[in-house]
Amino acid sequence: MVTSVTSLGRNGLYDWLIQRVSAVIIGVYLIGMLGYLMVAGDLDYGSWKALMGSVCMQIANTLLVVSVAAHTWVGLWGVTTDYLTSLTFGKAATGVRLIAQLAIALALVVYLLWGLVLIWGGA
Amino acid sequence: MKVSIYRYNPETDREPTMKEYEVDTQGKDLMVLDILALVKEQDESMSYRRSCREGVCGSDGMNMNGKNGLACITPLSQVAPGVLEGKKPLILRPLPGLPVIRDLVVDMGMFYNQYEKVQPFLQNSTPAPAIERLQTPEDRAKLDGLYECILCACCSTSCPSFWWNPDKFLGPAALLQSYRFLADSRDTATEERLSKLDDPFSLFRCHGIMNCVSVCPKGLNPTRAIGHIRSMLLERGI
Repeated sequence: MVTSVTSLGRNGLYDWLIQRVSAVIIGVYLIGMLGYLMVAGDLDYGSWKALMGSVCMQIANTLLVVSVAAHTWVGLWGVTTDYLTSLTFGKAATGVRLIAQLAIALALVVYLLWGLVLIWGGA
Repeated sequence: MKVSIYRYNPETDREPTMKEYEVDTQGKDLMVLDILALVKEQDESMSYRRSCREGVCGSDGMNMNGKNGLACITPLSQVAPGVLEGKKPLILRPLPGLPVIRDLVVDMGMFYNQYEKVQPFLQNSTPAPAIERLQTPEDRAKLDGLYECILCACCSTSCPSFWWNPDKFLGPAALLQSYRFLADSRDTATEERLSKLDDPFSLFRCHGIMNCVSVCPKGLNPTRAIGHIRSMLLERGI
């Protein structure tokens, strides 16, 4: 069996499931938000802040942020392991792939923490 | 009509070239293999594989005007619009993604390695019966669309996931064969077979783009078989 230490679940089925479930969450969120924007009429800062400050939206936003991060990692991990290989980079492939994966992981961790701070930080 | 053929001899050529030939088909809708025979009369150094010339052996898989197929059962009229009429050249290249031995002949080693990994033979741990292991007509019907594969490699070499990871992703042909034995009521190695497929590459590198389905000369559907294996893994894992 092919193993891979940097895939999210280190298991194909797990990664596949994460990507599908996160896609459903992102899709439901987007449709729900679009529906809300279509029926909400004129939105001002106060009503938008009240909406985003509600516990339901905080949970929904947390789910969205986590889903986007997980979905992105699984997808980009696939891209890096498809294209950043010895076929394209020769002996340097492992280093190139590792640097790319670290950069992606770092960006996603920053995005995730920043998102959670914005959602749950209050103010 | 014009025929453009990929020419490469690793022993003498620095890089591959496309060589043009002029062939007289007398307006007939010949098979691509017939065109190759006519070219061979002009240039004996041009190499290709062939054997049965009727779509059974799978030897003459190649890329014709951008699409993989068997030269022996592909008429000019089906290669691309305008080829039969001579408005467009017939462009022949080796199967993509495999090392070229010479001209249209590729090294199928990587393809066979992946085939070997799925252990394409019946495994049954129960004592052998006196005569044979019987199967109901319904169970036998489950193998239709799976056992007919002739291992021509048209599907796997049209799959980008196989191009990028031919050593890790099994490819549609091997996965079709894997399901052929997973679906067989006489095979008892289901758990062992599935446990070798749930890593991120072997099966899950399939993104379902269905290139394999569109090129299979036998009309088989590896994407569906891969979906069935994925469902089996899901049932086993949850």
